[in-house]
Formats: sequence, structure tokens, C-alpha cells
Amino acid sequence: MFYRENGQFKSNYRADMGLFPVAQDRWAILGLLALAFVLVPLMGSDYFFRAIAIPFLILSLAAIGLNILVGYCGQISLGTGAFMAVGAYAAYNLQARIDGMPLLLALLGGGLVSTVFGVLFGIPSLRIRGLYLAVATLAAQFFTDWFTNRVKWVTNDSSSGSVSVGGLDILGYAIQTPVQKYLLCLAFVVVFALLAKNLVRGAIGREWMAMRDMDVAAAVIGIRPVYAKLSAFAVSSFIVGVAGGLWGFVHLGSWEPAAFGIERSFQLLFMIIIGGLGSIAGAFFGAAFIVLLPLLLNYVPHWLGLPISTATATHVEHMIFGALIVFFLIVEPHGLARLWSTARQKLRLWPFPH
Amino acid sequence: MGFFLETVFGGLMAGMLYALVALGFVLIFKASGVFNFAQGAMVLFAALAMARFAEWFPQWLGFSSLLLANLMAFCAAVLCMVGVAWLVERLALRRLVNQEGITLLMATLGITYFLDGAGQLIFGSATYKIDVGMPKDPMIVLENVFEGGLLLSKEDLYAALVAAMLVALLSVFFQKTRTGRALRAVADDHQAAQSIGIPLSRIWVIVWSVGGIVALVAGIIWGSKLGVQFSISLVALKAFPVVILGGLTSVPGAIVGGLVIGVGEKLSEIYLGPFLGGGIENWFAYVLALAFLLVRPQGLFGDKIIDRV
Repeated sequence: MFYRENGQFKSNYRADMGLFPVAQDRWAILGLLALAFVLVPLMGSDYFFRAIAIPFLILSLAAIGLNILVGYCGQISLGTGAFMAVGAYAAYNLQARIDGMPLLLALLGGGLVSTVFGVLFGIPSLRIRGLYLAVATLAAQFFTDWFTNRVKWVTNDSSSGSVSVGGLDILGYAIQTPVQKYLLCLAFVVVFALLAKNLVRGAIGREWMAMRDMDVAAAVIGIRPVYAKLSAFAVSSFIVGVAGGLWGFVHLGSWEPAAFGIERSFQLLFMIIIGGLGSIAGAFFGAAFIVLLPLLLNYVPHWLGLPISTATATHVEHMIFGALIVFFLIVEPHGLARLWSTARQKLRLWPFPH
Repeated sequence: MGFFLETVFGGLMAGMLYALVALGFVLIFKASGVFNFAQGAMVLFAALAMARFAEWFPQWLGFSSLLLANLMAFCAAVLCMVGVAWLVERLALRRLVNQEGITLLMATLGITYFLDGAGQLIFGSATYKIDVGMPKDPMIVLENVFEGGLLLSKEDLYAALVAAMLVALLSVFFQKTRTGRALRAVADDHQAAQSIGIPLSRIWVIVWSVGGIVALVAGIIWGSKLGVQFSISLVALKAFPVVILGGLTSVPGAIVGGLVIGVGEKLSEIYLGPFLGGGIENWFAYVLALAFLLVRPQGLFGDKIIDRV
């Protein structure tokens, strides 16, 4: 009834190829953006921004990057934490070593360095596939762990091994309060999500999906595997690198190599599996799920008034987390995005049965 | 020269320990097609069960013989692992029968988290001791050939012997018994095995139980070496390059891969480490496996990957 496309005709090809062909979708997205840019900053508390909104935004950006690699191109990667680390440390080095380096350029520069790194560690994907590639990408993860720990140049010869960033500002506007940080991350996420969505709708996105579905057949019809796979690695590690830079600069402020360990890689992989492989919206759903779940699990015993020790709470949290993941994989292997798109399909017909 | 041989021996022993954990991976992958990320958590769970039951049985039943306590704890731990296998098959595997590899991988990752939490909740999260009578003192051999002799760890030697016996036992099980034949049939082709009447769900419970028992043996050895603590589940991360190097579907591959990785790691730490700043043990195994895969993508003894269009 509300979601009908009756009367919505397109009069030129450009409108036909638009991102949101249904007018209700367009309004909904505009409404969401208005909510995110205007309403939330007015209503949210500092805790909400620091603990929920900013991690959610940055992790969903990283999840978009990983989804491009795993969901659209089918190359399983367990080394995402490493790419985030490279982005963060490169951005830090660019900012610390070059005087007057603007924040945006530092973050994007970190993303570029992460691209080079990603392409390098993506070269094995030309020869190895599937589970073997997943384990091979762990090499990137552990190598980066060691590299950021041992090579003093990376941390600007810091004695404690951890680096810290302070005094962020863009063109004179300071980025100090949680609201300002939130708006910065939101801007990045919106721009990159738009870029990613258009990439996967285009020719390169179709090449990626062909590689995912059957790479031998794709090569037979003329898609160059080298170009497709390495471009997926490049784009994915650029986005993940920028997300890493944001994580370090905006969310953490000061960090050490352990912040980007293998736990982070698994967390991102969980996000895109639960959110939905091969879907940009899925990255957001997954990130929301993963960010909110530990908070919920921590607060529910509180609200119910059950006294549990912290250690027990952590163990129960792990158990529930693991059980929920298995449950989700059984119930909806294509993730929350599939649930959402099924709901939308049903909504198009509502209240009629067919 | 003496030092080099010591390093090589040490690497071979460490490699056998990795191979023990890798064996569990290979068994489960062969028969159910699932890359069991949870193997490390299973090792931890099994080791915790063994350590705690060995503590609790004397307390509950009031005897003090260490041997009896260990035996009863071993039986109890085996029962625990069979229980875990049954639960995993019933609740997870049965519902995920035809899913893609990455879904199954993620499911085992979820099982890892679950087992980590459950094991530490049930059995406790402190560091526990396993005492199965492994000798802790080192031994010195070949004193007349090399000056001072070569220092070998008796514990590692016993571990290597246990691993070798386990592999021999498993080979006999697979080749000579009916259940072993059924397992091999399921590993070859699920559908064909089902169509001749082999009950897939029971086979999977058996396979995961065997994987659990292998994890228990690995857990006992690692636990008596390092003490049973959470970091044991990270040993599985070391076993991945072993499995990859040897080939995901090959038991001798797991052993050979383990030996190669073990020796490679130790030698690289001693001889390459000083140039690169030390501490390269963590990633060298992976880079070695990666370099090997570029030459032979299916691992040493793995099944050749055939692409069908």
C-alpha cells in the first residue's frame, strides 16, 4: 500500500539507472541521512557517540571494504586487521613526519599505503583459492603484527610501542567533541558507501562477482583474473585502510599493535557474514549487530538484577556470541540483508497477498 | 654443528606437537568437509576436562593414586569430547549440510567462541596442571661425538612417540575396521556413501569424537608441557600452516608438514632472526606455507584441485 511503485515512470536512461529507482526508497534514504546528520547529534549523549555510534560507523566502513573482497569477489581474507593497522600507522607516520599535513590527506594517504600492501598480499590469490587463501592471508596478519611491534621506524621510535594522535582538525574546524568526531566518521561512511555501491553496480563489480561465482568460466569469457582479483584487493584495502586510520585517530586516539590483531579480523568477518555477504547494506546490519550485542549482553544481567562476576559474564558472553553466530548461520545463511530484502519484497505487496 | 643438530631435533619435536593438533583438523576435514576452526578450542576444552577431573575424582571419591585419577580423568574427558561431538553434529552440522565452505568455517568459529566460554565456565579459568608422569629433565646424548653432547628434551621425545603411536593407531583404525572403511567412504563422497546405507550423522559424530580424542591427546601433551591455560587454544593458530603445507586431506601430510614447519621455524629463528630483529617465529611458518603454496597450491599431499566449469 505504501511501497507501491504505481505511477513511477522513468523518462530517461539516467533516471532508469539511478541508485534508488523507487521514490519511497529515495525519501527513506534522505530521511535516514537527515536523521543521522541532524537529529542524532542533537539528541545523542556523549556515551552514545563514543561507545556506540563511532565504533559502529568505522566498523561498518571496514566491513564495506571487506565485503567487497569477500562478498563480491569471493576471496576469503583473514588479514583485515593487518590492513587496518597499515592504514592507521601510515596515516600516523604521514601526520607525524610531515609538518602541516592535513588530516584528510593523512587518512587517505594511509589508505593508499594500505592499498599497496593489500595488492602485495593479494598476489597469492592469483594462484591459491578458498581455504588455502584464507590461511595464506593470516600470513599478512601475523607479519603485520610483528612488523608494527618490532620495526621501530613504524611507531616513530616510540619507546612504549604505542602511538598517540591529538588535536585533530580539518580546515581550521576542530574535531574534539564526540559529536564532531561522529559527524566526521558519518561523512566518510556516506561518501565511501556511495562509492562502493556504484563500484559494485558497474563493470568492475560485475567482473568481481563473475570471479566469485566461477573464476575459470570468467577467464574463459575474457575477464582478466589478475586485474579483477588485484583490483578487488586494492579497493578493499583502501577502504579498510581508511577505516583503520579513522579507528586509530578518531576512536582510539592512542593505540598499540594489539588493537588490530586477529580478533579484529575475525570480528569483521563475523560482521559481513551475519550482515550478508555481497551486500553493502549488509555491512551496516552486521556492524550494528556486532557492536550492540556485547553491550546488550553486558547490560541484561544488570537490568534483571542478577549478580554475576565479571569473569563469568565474559564467559557467558562468549558462549552466547558463539551460539548466536551458529544460530544465524543456520537460520539465514545470507545474513540480515537477505532478511531485510525479503521484508521489503513482502512490503511491496502488502496488504495484498500477491 | 652440534648446535645446528640440537636446533633441528628441537624443531622436529615441536613439529610433532603441531602435527598432533593438525591431525585433528585433517581427520575432520577428510570426513565431513568442514575446516574445524574450533580444533584449538577443543584442545583447550579437553585439556581442561582432563586437568580438572584428575583433581576432582580424588576429592569426590577419596583416593590418592595418581595413576587411577589420571585414568578416570582420561575416560571422563573422552566422554566429554564425545558429548561435544554429538552436540556439534546434532545442533550445528546437521542443519548446515549443504552450505558453502565459508559458512561452515564461520560456524566452527562460532563453536570456538562457545567452547572457549563453556570450558572456562564449567572448568574454571585459572592455570591448571596436568601430571601424567612425563619426565621433565633433559637428556644429553652423543657426548663423545660432539663436545658437551646434544641436549634433548625427554618430554618432547615421549610426545613424539605418543604422536607416532596415535598415527599408527589411526591408520589401523582407518584401514582395518568397518567403521574406518565407512569413514573413508564418507570422505570420498557423501552422497554415494549415504546411498549405500552409511548413516551420515552417526559417521560425523564418530569423526568429531575421534577428532576430539586426538585433541585430548594433544591437550594432555601440551598441557603437561605448558600448563593448561587459555593460550593453548592459540596453538591451533600455529597448526594452520602445518595443515596447509601438508594438504588438507592427508594424514601423512599433517605429520610431514608439522616436521617441516617445526624445523623451519626453529632454524629461521636462530639463523634469520638476528637479521630481522628477532621474534619471527610467529609469522615464519605462515610465510613458509604461503611460499610453498605458490608452487604447489594443494599442499604436499593434498588432493589436486580440479576446476570444473
